[in-house]
Amino acid sequence: MPKEKGKPPMLGSYRVLDLTDDRGASCGKVLAELGADVIKVERPGGDPSRNIGPYYHDTPNPEKSLNWFAFNMNKRGITLNIETKDGQEIFKKLAKKADFIIESFTPGYLDKLGLGYKALSKVNPRIILTSITPFGQTGPYSNYNASDLITMAMAGYVYICGDSDRPPVRFSSDQSYYQASLQAAVGTLIAHYYRERTGEGQYVDVSIQESMVWTLCYAPHDWYLLKSLDHTREGPLWKRYGVTYRLIWPCKDGYVCYRLLMAQPGAEVMNDLVASMNAEGLGEDMKDITWTTLSFADVSQENINRWEKEIGKYFLKHTKRELHEEAVRQRNVIQPVNTGKDIFESPQLAARDFWVELEHPELGESITYPGPYFKSTEAAWQKGHRAPLIGEHNEEIYEKELGFSKEELLILKRENVI
Amino acid sequence: MNKKYPLEGLKVVDFSWVFTGPIVTKFLGDHGAEIVKIESAARPDGTRVYTPFKDGVMGLNRSGVFANYNSSKYSININLREPRGVEVVKNLVRRADIVLETFGPGVMKRRGLDYDELKRVKQDIIMLSMSMVGQYGPHSNQPSFGQVLQATNGFVHLLGWPDRSPCLPVAAYTDYIAPWYVLIALMAALDHRQRTGKGQYIDLAMLEASVHLASPVVMDYTVNGRVQNRMGNRNPGAAPHGVYPCKGTERWIAIAVFSDKEWEALCKVMGNPKWTKSPKFDTLLHRTENQDELDKLMGQWTKNSTPEDLMVKLQKVGVAAGVVQTGEDMVDYDLQLRHRQHFKELEHAEMGTHLSERPPFRLSKTPSEPQRPFPSFGEHTEYVAKEILGMEDEEFAELIGAGVLA
Repeated sequence: MPKEKGKPPMLGSYRVLDLTDDRGASCGKVLAELGADVIKVERPGGDPSRNIGPYYHDTPNPEKSLNWFAFNMNKRGITLNIETKDGQEIFKKLAKKADFIIESFTPGYLDKLGLGYKALSKVNPRIILTSITPFGQTGPYSNYNASDLITMAMAGYVYICGDSDRPPVRFSSDQSYYQASLQAAVGTLIAHYYRERTGEGQYVDVSIQESMVWTLCYAPHDWYLLKSLDHTREGPLWKRYGVTYRLIWPCKDGYVCYRLLMAQPGAEVMNDLVASMNAEGLGEDMKDITWTTLSFADVSQENINRWEKEIGKYFLKHTKRELHEEAVRQRNVIQPVNTGKDIFESPQLAARDFWVELEHPELGESITYPGPYFKSTEAAWQKGHRAPLIGEHNEEIYEKELGFSKEELLILKRENVI
Repeated sequence: MNKKYPLEGLKVVDFSWVFTGPIVTKFLGDHGAEIVKIESAARPDGTRVYTPFKDGVMGLNRSGVFANYNSSKYSININLREPRGVEVVKNLVRRADIVLETFGPGVMKRRGLDYDELKRVKQDIIMLSMSMVGQYGPHSNQPSFGQVLQATNGFVHLLGWPDRSPCLPVAAYTDYIAPWYVLIALMAALDHRQRTGKGQYIDLAMLEASVHLASPVVMDYTVNGRVQNRMGNRNPGAAPHGVYPCKGTERWIAIAVFSDKEWEALCKVMGNPKWTKSPKFDTLLHRTENQDELDKLMGQWTKNSTPEDLMVKLQKVGVAAGVVQTGEDMVDYDLQLRHRQHFKELEHAEMGTHLSERPPFRLSKTPSEPQRPFPSFGEHTEYVAKEILGMEDEEFAELIGAGVLA
């Protein structure tokens, strides 16, 4: 693969107006890192999602939110109060020159301001407007108040996660927002493909709930086909095909993820794992088993439990890094349960130059970010620059691009428009 | 040119299998792209034999999950160990825009179908290889699957209770992150081709894409040196913020209160019991400090009602609340999913009715939904050979006889 440096971005430098909060920030991010010119349009004083932690050096400050940094890198930023008449006029001027608009307001909010799809498509028939909301623009729940926990629960994901003796749980991370934002980018780019051939823009209505339902795998189908809700919360275990087996195992310094392999491609590596165990005096009675012909259907739960107990003892004697490295050598499937620290220290990510440093001149240092998730023969992921400060590019956009004078900008500032 | 489906005319040769790749091509197919799914008798898509099955009976054309992920596609059964099988595939690539594959690194090359080879056949082809950790690197040859790979991205570590082992995200979570990145990259690569005339080869790693969804978690470490841990259902900015028991077996309600205004509205619905007036709970800060007790008291209130009842009552006054829905709730009772027709009932010749999900977005001018039910194994071998590739009857019969096609 040729060097990444100097390769062009994959996507054209399309103009994106990004009015989203944390519910939709990843959508603009993913377009920006592919080459789009994304302008975050914030209310004067800054978007409320700047107040989500963690913060740089644990200092709560709208200019120091790591959450904001992460999902708004590569964007430029302006402030604009679209609830004022001047603000609305300015927004239409921006919309005229834009290719995409992304927003995550309550359904009907932009319509009420005269900035809904109908109004904006009159200004710019090619515009693609994408809305990201908890349940979509219309329907009985469309005005429901929801945070990530609620959309996760309504999407069926919470029910299947957790320990059986405690309430179901969600990820300690707003995953439904990220899911919706990414899937919104997919819908937006499909609309773009259509526009490139027909000249027509359109409206993209994304539901966070539905996007999370997309991550469920079998729950809806178990019910529809078998009237089964066989997904009790098993904690670290997995129940399927009538047997329960362990997926998450404690080891010396944390946990590893591993599934006992039988009668499927890869079962032959069981011999290597058993040999390693035998060398430490464990799993003596597992030595002569022909793993490649055993299937879960033929093995009693008792046997599985006995083998898992021995494997568990072996794992407890080793660190997750040791177990993983041995698995790589033996072509086994053991993976470490990584923390943020472990992810950062991954040799695989290092070998692929995954991490990038972005300068934060105001903080007097650079910060490490997740970087390119693909390598291409023609194009490169765009490293770009840190997230915008509040109103950082007001001058660039309002003066240089829209032609406002300094005096006019002062008036707009005084009237709390920008 | 006014097309009905947004991706009409787009042609995809699809070597992908299991979950991630097929979801990608389902999304493309549901928007009108032509998807030819390459299968072989030696190795049908593993999801074909993934539970649940219609009537609980295993079979290649009976899996609910397979049915969902493979709407709007053609399936051709082709033997790639035969040079003439490889030739048929190349003829498909010659007229295609996209080739997608999700085998381990090196498999396509061994079959003589790597990018260099396919580029000779179709100069501007866009080929994307999606793999667990990338085509190269010290771990690239480790066999893996989503259920264990999700542990490497922080998602297992962040699910569960801080005083216990992490929990398993039952549906391999990273399998449901990669599809969107693959789709985004493919659509961007099409844009690139349109502007420059150039195709490209893309090596996309599920691991790398997924780490982006854990960005703040990793950056909390790289910047602050903090290792974040799972928090059960807690959220530093809200209280109460949890899942509470309701009337019935395994019935639960999720409630999230971010402001004092929402708290007051919640108290009103609860009938303003005395405990809510305690200084332990009067501000967000105090509620956060006394969350264990708060959760207990909340649970004593919720357990007398159904989650449906609570959701409606709380939402009426603007409190974020939602039923912890099961498969049954979503398929049979969720009025919103029904309103948006999220689950489409399709009829398959062998399987009969099954569900195929719609993409989570509605496009105002173009359809976004399954066009045809999933293909039976090898259902379109003849259609693809004769109608798509224009193969003569004689040659087709000969290839069938020779076991190249089936």
